[in-house]
Amino acid sequence: MRNKVLSAPYLFWMVLFTVVPLILVAYYALTGADGGFTLKNVSDVRQFSGVIFRSVWLAVIATLICLVMAYPLAYSMSRLRPQMQRVALLMVMLPMWINFLLRTYAWMTLLENTGLINQLLGLLGIGPLQLINTQGAVVLGMVYNYVPFMILPLYSVMTKIDQGLIHAAQDLGSNTLGVFVNVVLPLSMPGITTGITMVFVPAVSTFAISRMLGGGQNLMIGDLIELQFLGTSYNPNLGSAISMVLMVLVLLLMSAMNQYADEEKEGMII
Amino acid sequence: MENYIISLRGIKVQFDDLPVLKGLDLDIRDEEFITLLGPSGCGKTTTLRIMAGFAEASEGDVFFEGVRINDLPPHKRNVNTIFQKYALFPHLNVYQNVEFGLKIKKIPAAERKVKVKEMLELVGLGGFEARDVNLLSGGQQQRVAIARALVNQPRVLLLDEPLGALDLKLRKEMQTELKRIQQSTGITFIYVTHDQEEALTMSDRVVVMKDGEILQIGTPQDIYNEPVNAFVADFIGESNIVPGVMRRDFLVEFANNAFRCVDKGFEPDQLVDVVIRPEDLRIVAADEAPLTGVVSSVTFKGVHYEMMVESAGHDWMVHSTQASEVGEFIGLTMSPYDIHIMERMEDDSLDWIEGESSASMEGGHAE
Ligand SMILES: Nc1ncnc2c1ncn2[C@@H]1O[C@H](COP(=O)(O)OP(=O)(O)O)[C@@H](O)[C@H]1O
Ligand SMILES: [Mg+2]
Repeated sequence: MRNKVLSAPYLFWMVLFTVVPLILVAYYALTGADGGFTLKNVSDVRQFSGVIFRSVWLAVIATLICLVMAYPLAYSMSRLRPQMQRVALLMVMLPMWINFLLRTYAWMTLLENTGLINQLLGLLGIGPLQLINTQGAVVLGMVYNYVPFMILPLYSVMTKIDQGLIHAAQDLGSNTLGVFVNVVLPLSMPGITTGITMVFVPAVSTFAISRMLGGGQNLMIGDLIELQFLGTSYNPNLGSAISMVLMVLVLLLMSAMNQYADEEKEGMII
Repeated sequence: MENYIISLRGIKVQFDDLPVLKGLDLDIRDEEFITLLGPSGCGKTTTLRIMAGFAEASEGDVFFEGVRINDLPPHKRNVNTIFQKYALFPHLNVYQNVEFGLKIKKIPAAERKVKVKEMLELVGLGGFEARDVNLLSGGQQQRVAIARALVNQPRVLLLDEPLGALDLKLRKEMQTELKRIQQSTGITFIYVTHDQEEALTMSDRVVVMKDGEILQIGTPQDIYNEPVNAFVADFIGESNIVPGVMRRDFLVEFANNAFRCVDKGFEPDQLVDVVIRPEDLRIVAADEAPLTGVVSSVTFKGVHYEMMVESAGHDWMVHSTQASEVGEFIGLTMSPYDIHIMERMEDDSLDWIEGESSASMEGGHAE
């Protein structure tokens, strides 16, 4: 009884900001311009399968790069002295205080054919290389923007790994690799799945970054949805349908990953 | 030279410039049961960590069978530890925890299974294989930790207060069990405890520590009967400790009286600490006793009564199978053999006794 009363504000805001918009998206996706029920929008999404595939592919690559970069960083952060940990954490968060459009513009000027990087390469007699308007640039932009969301959950689980467990593993004969494989990795699994979710979900629905760094040929689903609402091809029904498909896709991928992570944990014995 | 399995030479450790071990020298014999005994914070765990390789000494050397192993990493030392906080792997079940070390050593699965089963039976956890270690009671977790270390059959087992979380009955059982395991396997046990009774009953030798230093090493009998100073006397069993003056050989003055004793070799009129065990004080009629006083409390302790007697400005603890009445005026006497004379310690040591002795003695039993 008391629990219900206490959770009332949460339920209210949850309904207002999550359930109602979801219903609206579903409503628009399943109706035509005339307001009548139709599946045409949803089936029209098929024509964008190339963009969808590219979005998922680039998001997967960006997520993996984030994981590989963030994991050792988060681990070494968690083993620093407490004051140093706070400094390191601040360094991770600091770029997030700057608007992401601004950060992405900065990358544009760096990556341009006449940009800083190509100028430096020119001094060495290399290039100019085509850096901007490539898929690589899009991935770079995503990694740069989303890597803190990988570092933070990893760092958080790793600070909870008791040094005593690492000592126990060493005491029982594990070398550095053994300690990592048998203790640190399985215990940081929850951080890995959270980190992957927190990077993959915004990455797969990225917009703006892809247009700014990828040029016109590397649009992603996010850009496509944006175009349906703000572009010349104004079509909120199609935009809603694409959103819905994207949501279902993300849900499927995430539950598949969680399933896999659970099995991994069950079977995990050295 | 004797057959030492581990030797510490001049080990110094400091944390943030604070000395924790102040030049420890210790030789551990192969196959012995040796106990490091001392109050909390005296450096027992740190000493074990030096032997296991988890702590680095700023000075001094560690030898394993005569070979210097200062720089040998923990996983290469033929030593296993039972950690004070268990340190069980939360993502593994009971079986997998115990199996861990065997798996690292690449023992075949069938052999592992037999050994783990045997070990779990030994610690009374047969049938617990598939249990989640996070859901076990403290005592059960501790027994998993014991099994996990013992199953590897190391040359040396380091045990850091391994029975601390167990209730009295289980603790007594495990004490006997550990002692039996030690004797049957011939593994050298280096045992840490702050419980003097545990130390005395289990050990071949006891090392009494205080503030990062070793005060005394000896058999339980040596330590109990011939403590080197009042601190050791007080820490090992309950004691009455009063200041006294050694008038001459075999004559000591304390509590406003002169007593015959069996000690000699002190300077004339040297200030000393006089230690008398509660069980060595006898209650007699007041008119024939050198010490007289009023009984202020009587507590039944199972086998004996513990009485506090106020006499000559001190509270004397007396153990006797016969109870006196509270408020009764009685006499106390003792034989010269039971008066232990010790060199007076520095003041801070005595402070410790004044402030904490009764608490630590209680802690030893109750926990
Ligand atoms: N990692 C550490 N950092 C700072 N001080 C420590 C550390 N480990 C132990 N100490 C200090 O060293 C002293 C001895 O500790 P310890 O060896 O754990 O004592 P014991 O096991 O006898 O209770 C204590 O004062 C403790 O606070
Ligand atoms: Mg300790």
